[in-house]
Amino acid sequence: MAEKIKVAVAGNPNVGKTTIFNALTGARQKVGNWPGVTVEKKEGTKKHKDHILEIVDLPGTYSLTAYSADEVVARDYILEEKPDVVVQVLDSTNLERNLYLTSQLLEMGTNLVLALNMSDRAETRGDDIDIRRLESLLGVSAIKTAANEGRGINALLDSIVNKTESNPPLPHEIGYGGRVEENICALEEILGSDRELSKNYPSRWMAVKLLEGDENALSKLSSSSIEGKVQNFLSDLDHEEYEVEMADKRYEFIGTLLPQVCTTCAEDVSPSDMVDKVITNKYLGIPIFLTLMWGMFELTFAFATPFMELIDMFFGWLAAAVTSNIETVWLASLLGDGIVAGVGSVLLFVPNIFILFFVIALLESSGYMARAAFIMDRLMYTMGLQGKSFIPMLTGFGCSVPAIMATRTLEDEKDRLITMLVTPFMSCGARLPVYILLAGTFFSRQAGSVIFGLYVLGILVAIVSAKLFRTFIAKGQPSPFIMELPPYTRPSLKDSLQHMWNQGYLYLRKVGTIIVGGVVLIWLLAYFPQGADYGSADSLIGSLGKLIEPLVAPLGFDWKIAVALVFGFVAKEIVVGSLGTLYGTGEGEALSSALVADPGFTPAIALGLMVFTLLYVPCIGAVAVIKKETGSWKWMFFQAAYSTAVAWILALVTIGVGNIVL
Amino acid sequence: MTSRIPLAMYPTGQTCRICDVCAGKGLKRRLMEMGLTPESIIQPLGCNRGSFLVLVNGTRYALGRGMANKIIVEPVYGEVPQFG
Repeated sequence: MAEKIKVAVAGNPNVGKTTIFNALTGARQKVGNWPGVTVEKKEGTKKHKDHILEIVDLPGTYSLTAYSADEVVARDYILEEKPDVVVQVLDSTNLERNLYLTSQLLEMGTNLVLALNMSDRAETRGDDIDIRRLESLLGVSAIKTAANEGRGINALLDSIVNKTESNPPLPHEIGYGGRVEENICALEEILGSDRELSKNYPSRWMAVKLLEGDENALSKLSSSSIEGKVQNFLSDLDHEEYEVEMADKRYEFIGTLLPQVCTTCAEDVSPSDMVDKVITNKYLGIPIFLTLMWGMFELTFAFATPFMELIDMFFGWLAAAVTSNIETVWLASLLGDGIVAGVGSVLLFVPNIFILFFVIALLESSGYMARAAFIMDRLMYTMGLQGKSFIPMLTGFGCSVPAIMATRTLEDEKDRLITMLVTPFMSCGARLPVYILLAGTFFSRQAGSVIFGLYVLGILVAIVSAKLFRTFIAKGQPSPFIMELPPYTRPSLKDSLQHMWNQGYLYLRKVGTIIVGGVVLIWLLAYFPQGADYGSADSLIGSLGKLIEPLVAPLGFDWKIAVALVFGFVAKEIVVGSLGTLYGTGEGEALSSALVADPGFTPAIALGLMVFTLLYVPCIGAVAVIKKETGSWKWMFFQAAYSTAVAWILALVTIGVGNIVL
Repeated sequence: MTSRIPLAMYPTGQTCRICDVCAGKGLKRRLMEMGLTPESIIQPLGCNRGSFLVLVNGTRYALGRGMANKIIVEPVYGEVPQFG
C-alpha cells in the first residue's frame, strides 16, 4: 500500500519556492485558504516510488517569529500539523541570510531537507558549496536544485522519501551562551512540568520563543496549568535585550558554519544595474510604469478578441438552439433568456480575465512588481501609505479578495487597515466585462483609452481616500518601508500559466455557482408574476427596480440599471449578466444594439455607470474578506458606505460633465 | 574621528557600513532577519524621490526615507565620505 508523506515547503521570499512547489507537484494543485485566516494555501500531491507526497506550500518568510500573519501561519502549520518532512528552499547565492530560517526550523525539531536552489547561478559565479559537509554539520539532507531548468527535482523527491525512512532528527541546539542559556534552562524546567504541553511543543523551542517575548507563543500556554508561573518568570526579564542578542547568536552560528561549507563563496556580487537604473529612474520610473499598465490592457484586448468572437458565436448558436428546440415556453425562457443569456454574457470575458491574470503573473515573476512598489513609495508616502502597500493594490487589478489577503505582509496595523479599505477601488477583473460592454458599445474607437482612464481613476480614488483615512481615522506616520528587490529573472512561462489557471479556475467556478444562481434569480423575478411581460416594469423585478429607482434617479439611471447594480453586489460581472437578462437579448452584439436603441441609455449614462460600477460597494466576497481580515463589522460597513457614497458623487459629476461634453 | 550619520544623509553613491539601527528592538531584529546585519557594507544603487535602492550582502533592498533615517552608517575603513 502506498504510504502517505506530509511535506511542507518553506523558504524566504524570492528564492524560487513557487517554482520548486510547481515542479514537485506538477499541475495537480488545490488553492484554498488556511483555516482561520484567509491566507492563500496551495496544496498538491505527487506519487513517487510507492509513496504519496501531500505537499503544502507555506508562505514565504524570513524567519519564524510572529512578526506578520504570514509567519504565524507557517509556524503554526509546522507546530500543529507536524509535517513528516519540511523542505526549505534556499537561494544558493545568499546562504547566510537563508540559513537564518534554517536555524529556526532546526530549533523546531523538523525533519529537514534543504533545496539549495539557483545553484546554477551560484556555480556561474564560481561558488563551490560542499553539501555533504553541510548535511553532516546540520544533520539534514541537502540537494542542489535549479528549479527554473528542472534540475535536481527528482533527487529532491528521493531525498524527501529517504528522509522519512531515516532516524528522527536530533533537535538542533544553538548555544546562546551565558545568561540566555540559564534562562532557557529555567523555562524548560517549568514547561516540562506540563506533560501535555511539552508533548505538543518542543520545550526548548518554546523556551527560546518565550524569552524573545513572542506573544503568539505565550498565547499557546493560555489554557495550561503553568501559565501563571511562566508569566511570573518572564515579568522580571527585558525581552528587548534578549531578542537582538539571540538573533546575533544565530548569525554567529551561521558565520562559523559557512566558511566550512563554502570556501569560495563570493562575498559580494555586482549585478548589472543598468535595467534598474532606467526602470527606477526619478523621471522615467512612473511613465514607464504607466506605459506598462496601458500596454497590459491593450494586450488583454488584442489577444482576447478572437476568442471572444468564438464564444459569442457559440452562445448565439446555443440560444437559438434552445429557443427553437424546447417547446415548453417557460423552460425555453429560463434556459434561453436566463441562463444562456446571463451566463454567456459573463463567460464571454473569460479570455480577458485569463490574459490579465497571465500578464500580472509575468510582471510578478519577472521582479517588476517590487520595483513598482519602490517607484511608488514616495507618492504613497505623501498619501499616507508606504510603497509596500502598492503590491496588494496591484494584485487588486486581478481580484480584490486575494489583494485584501495580500495586505497581511504589511506589519503595521494602521498601514494594513488603510490598505484594505482602499484596495477595492483598484479595478478588479470582474469589473472589466462591464467596461468592455459599455465602452465597446458607446465609445468603440476610444474604448481602450476609456477603460485605461477608469483604471487610473480607481488608483486616484484609492490614493486620495488613503490620505483622508490617514488624516482622520488612522492617524500617524506610515511605518518605515523596507523591501527586498528580487533579481530580474526571465519569467517562467510554465509558472505564469499555472498561476493564470489557478486564478482563472476560481473565476470559472464563480461563474458556475454564484453567477448562475444570480441570473436564475433575476430570471425568476423577471418572468413572474404570470401575465406580466418578461422583464417589463410590471414584473417582480420591475417593481423591485421601481422601488429603488429613486435612489439612483438623480444620476439618470433607470430601474433596469438599478436592478443590475443591486445584483452586481453578488458579483460585479452580474451587472452585465442582468442587463443581458433584462433586455432579453443575450450577450455580445445583440445586447450592444439593444443598449444603443434605448433612448435612456446615453453615452454619458454609460460612462457614469462604469464609474459607479468601479467605485461602489465591492462584491460580497470582497466585503466578507474585509470583515474577516479587519475582524470588525464596523470597518466592513464603513468601507461599503464610504465607497458607495464616493461612487454616487463621482458618477453624478461624470454624467453632468458627460452631458455637456459628449 | 568617525562620523556616524543616518544613511539618508550620507552622500549618495558612496559605500558605507551599517553600525547601528536606531529603532525599537523588533525592527532591529527584523532587519537582521532580512539580511541587513550590523557591520554589513551598504552599496547605494540609486535614489528616487527620497527612497533608496541599496545592495547589501548581495541582495537589493528598497528603503523608504523613514527607514534610511533609522539606519546609522559610517564610512568604510580608509575611506573618507565626500560631502557636497
